[in-house]
Amino acid sequence: MDNKRWFLKGMHDGIPISTGYFAVALTLGIAAGNAGLTALEATVMSLTMHASAGQFAAMELIASGAGYLEMVMTEIVVNLRYMLMSCALSQKIRRDIPFIHRFFVAYDVTDEIFGISSAVEGKLNPFYTYGAMAVASPGWAGGTCVGAILGNVLPDRLLSAMSLALYGMFIAIVVPPARKNRVLAGLVLVSLAVSGIFTWLPVIGQLSPGFRIMILTVVLAGAAAMLFPVEEEGEVKEHEA
Amino acid sequence: MRLENLCAIAVLALTLYAVRVLPLTLIRKEIRNKYIRSFLYYVPYVTLTVMTFPAVLSATESMISAGAGFVVAVWMAYCGRSLFQVAIGGCVTVFLVELFPFI
Repeated sequence: MDNKRWFLKGMHDGIPISTGYFAVALTLGIAAGNAGLTALEATVMSLTMHASAGQFAAMELIASGAGYLEMVMTEIVVNLRYMLMSCALSQKIRRDIPFIHRFFVAYDVTDEIFGISSAVEGKLNPFYTYGAMAVASPGWAGGTCVGAILGNVLPDRLLSAMSLALYGMFIAIVVPPARKNRVLAGLVLVSLAVSGIFTWLPVIGQLSPGFRIMILTVVLAGAAAMLFPVEEEGEVKEHEA
Repeated sequence: MRLENLCAIAVLALTLYAVRVLPLTLIRKEIRNKYIRSFLYYVPYVTLTVMTFPAVLSATESMISAGAGFVVAVWMAYCGRSLFQVAIGGCVTVFLVELFPFI
């Protein structure tokens, strides 16, 4: 297939992603409004970050007046999975493609774009990824914009219901692989318990959400890596789907 | 756009881009260190879990509706529903639970 064909195929596969993005980004836009960001700021954020959990954390950081160091550290930790995905993509991209394409692919590595890109048979033609981005990214940014503008117009009851969408998305990413892998299931349950303890205990509960997420991730994922090192290939591939 | 927020967004965007572009451009060989691989593999699960719980319980108008939405979303995800379906399922549950006036 030539580049144009790959691009069109990517656009086609990007349509369901875009629809889902739009709905979820609506709540992100609403959250942005609550955090004191304008619609333009929220949209620019969506176009430049492409990160659900990361943007969610970013809004909390901005709203709480966090410093740049805390922002950078938190975002690195919250988005470490993209680093893992980029590692995997670095192996997947066609070797005969000019090096510069790696800079463009990096623009929109998300769970979903990564998912379909890594599911391509054989090596990846970056134009497939570009096609998916071209459809998915406007869905993400558009949803954010509409959410930020209409946030205050939508009835409270609807807003309340929609605030669950982001968490639903996180749950949909975590639960299916945990179901298949006992170590992951245990890790998720431990994380759940420890997170509750760290939030509700008197002194430790004072930690800002960003630092809580960062510390718990480094400690718990580090402990899991030491206790249950992942065997080659198979395991890492598992959560891509 | 206020300068203060613009700066914050620029810092955030650059951080995100660095996270994505560095492995893609710097690593051309496969990572072989088992510990690093394992750590990176586990990171998303801990992060997403910690971000979800207990924050999800205070996301809606009442803890009861949020708890119900949370349980339904976990159940749907467990049954293999798609990301989109799980997200909508959680929302619809919250909406329905909040229709009861006493909650």
